[in-house]
Amino acid sequence: MGDAADIMSEAARAAADAVLDRWQRDPHALVQVLRETQAIMHWLSRPLLAHIAAALGLTRAQVEGVAGFYRFFHTRPVGRTRLLFSDNITDRMLGSEALLAQLCARLGVAPGEVDAQGRFSVDRCSCTGLCDQGPALLVNHHQVITRLDATRVDALANLLLADTPVEQWPAAWFTVVDGVQRADVLLSGLAADAPTLPAVLAQSPQALLDEVAQSGLRGRGGAGFPTARKWQACRDAAGDLRVVVCNADEGEPGTFKDRVLLAFHADAVFDGMTVAARAVGAQQGFLYLRGEYRYLLPQLEGVLARRRAQGLLGRDACGVAGFGFDIAIHLGAGAYVCGEESALIESLEGKRGTPRIRPPFPVQAGYLGRPTVVNNVETFCAVAHIARRGGAWWAGIGTAQSTGTKIHSVSGDCARPGLYEYPLGTPIAQILDDCGARDVQAVQVGGPSGTCVPAADFGHTIAFEDVPSAGAFMVFDRTRDLFEVARHFARFFAHESCGLCTPCRVGTELVVRRLDKLAHARGAGSASAFDIERLHDLDTVLHSGTHCGLGASACNPLRDTMRHFGAAYAQRATAPQFQPDVDLDAELSAARRVTGRTDAGAHLHTDTPA
Amino acid sequence: MNAPPASTPPRKLRVATVSLAGCFGCHMSLLDIDERLFDLVERIEFDRSPLTDIKTVGEVEQCDIGLVEGGLCNAENVEVLRAFRARCTVLVAVGACAITGGLPALRNHLDVGDILQSVYGRVPDDPELPLPLNRVLPIHEVVHIDHALPGCPPPADAFWQLLQDLMAGRTPVPAPGLIRYD
Repeated sequence: MGDAADIMSEAARAAADAVLDRWQRDPHALVQVLRETQAIMHWLSRPLLAHIAAALGLTRAQVEGVAGFYRFFHTRPVGRTRLLFSDNITDRMLGSEALLAQLCARLGVAPGEVDAQGRFSVDRCSCTGLCDQGPALLVNHHQVITRLDATRVDALANLLLADTPVEQWPAAWFTVVDGVQRADVLLSGLAADAPTLPAVLAQSPQALLDEVAQSGLRGRGGAGFPTARKWQACRDAAGDLRVVVCNADEGEPGTFKDRVLLAFHADAVFDGMTVAARAVGAQQGFLYLRGEYRYLLPQLEGVLARRRAQGLLGRDACGVAGFGFDIAIHLGAGAYVCGEESALIESLEGKRGTPRIRPPFPVQAGYLGRPTVVNNVETFCAVAHIARRGGAWWAGIGTAQSTGTKIHSVSGDCARPGLYEYPLGTPIAQILDDCGARDVQAVQVGGPSGTCVPAADFGHTIAFEDVPSAGAFMVFDRTRDLFEVARHFARFFAHESCGLCTPCRVGTELVVRRLDKLAHARGAGSASAFDIERLHDLDTVLHSGTHCGLGASACNPLRDTMRHFGAAYAQRATAPQFQPDVDLDAELSAARRVTGRTDAGAHLHTDTPA
Repeated sequence: MNAPPASTPPRKLRVATVSLAGCFGCHMSLLDIDERLFDLVERIEFDRSPLTDIKTVGEVEQCDIGLVEGGLCNAENVEVLRAFRARCTVLVAVGACAITGGLPALRNHLDVGDILQSVYGRVPDDPELPLPLNRVLPIHEVVHIDHALPGCPPPADAFWQLLQDLMAGRTPVPAPGLIRYD
């Protein structure tokens, strides 16, 4: 393997060169270049990376650093067909692990392994945003298969073993439904007689900004920062060139509202971006689309092409003299942390998705140092409506501090999963009622980095001043074990840590190990009250000592479930005193092997004698 | 010094120390408290320690403080550490090796069986010899540790501070200047 991998084929060079030319050998497009090259070559060999580095004027270390950062880049050979099972807790609740085991058994590979003939590889990935129609899997980082079941997996195994190309697989497998269960203003779309975008943009930039300010709109990505204040800061920042970025890196497990907005309301999203560009004086726009949503790309590129043809983008966009604005789509490559706006900007610049130190904030110095507005898909969608119907109209919906509507991605234990849009200030109990959830134990609002709300608090409302939400709404009924839910989320954060700072890189892993010990998942050592104490310590360290918000929120599920479901932890911490979680007798295996000893001194007890 | 008007001097604290997979550098650093050793021996009595050559910890009576240098590299280390835990009220991990495994843990990415074979050819199998562990472990992975004194070695002043705190019944909080993370 070594030698073969060191020589770059002519085909690989040609593929990379074509991609490099298409991106005009722009080093800031490195992530895109790697993605497109890999789509042809399946994986990125070191010689291939060196070739790309030379072509872009970057060092090999820079390029290999980027290739090694993103989960969807492969620096080792993979199967010609690559399957990734979506591994959100909701997929697991729908039986994804059993289906993964079934497929692997049929194919004769273990998860993460490549078939001996190089035909396929099977593994897991973070949530693919298809929780209302899971279990789901990702094919070649390009297509998705929804609603997996044993029959589908069996047929899939046959196709893979026969080396059938993906294009010949049943089209029905790739169906993604919109799943809108309750539409309010955003999901209903713009009225047919709504003013056109050129009519809207005839207003002065200040007037546009004033409407958004009057609407009281706050960012829908989770933090809830006032949109108008962000825009004003960008507008006021020094610099000739400004940038508007739409954050479509919808990586928070359990969230899939942006997928539906992009699939069915892309024009509204692009309208919102164009309004923002006009308001802040931006020339350049980016839609940063998460890699898992690659299958939306052709349709979105189509919408952008049509808008260019209609004069809504480009020079003198929307008929506004001197207003030049266009939007490019950049794809992510499987990194949750890139949903954080400064990490997203790093990724747009072709680098590893490491969050930046702030200040300066992106509105002061963002993409290539230019003042940059980054807003969520739903925020831009709301702007499209506000710009037409006025800030006062939007401010009249919801509560005083949380204006307008919010879309919830409902999944888990309920009769009708899907999208539910409500005015902010709607009680959790009502949403549960509407989606047909029974005997509910808890709801994870806003995803793993959000809040775990126990049944006693279902009278609370979704609003910035009560329970804020980035859009996920995962329901757990009484049959679920909230400890296992928290352990699953802990694994997610450990997997997604960018690795920059020690509290997060090491801390998230220590949380996983401690929870594994409580779950007795490593086959040694019982947990005691000591382990619960350590979890509290880790929670404190991660909430206070990490570089960015990912680390700071990584212990939220742990903290919430320890507080509300302490019994789930206590029943696993029954040892009267500290016990090691190392199998000490197994630690002597190598020495026993080479000495052949079997006497009593060649063994150790793991548990501390009481 | 205004000594309390007690007729009997306060009971001396019983202190045990040991170097497991360590280099005795931490013990040397303890000795570096120099003339303060005279104060110390007025206040404490050593139990098992390289300084006394007592072989079994806490045989006479329970120890108040156990200072453990070094990580765990073999089965005997595990047994000794467990005896320390059982016979010491307060157990302190002293130095980088006890806390993280330290230098001896550099062998952890190699197979210890292969190492033994390449060193010995025919590996000694006498039951008197303790078997090495597959990996060198920090001591907190095997027993509950009450306090840790970081450093390679921890400076003498850090030892002095720790002992003074423990003798006074305070929770030891190392002064930032005395912490050596190296």
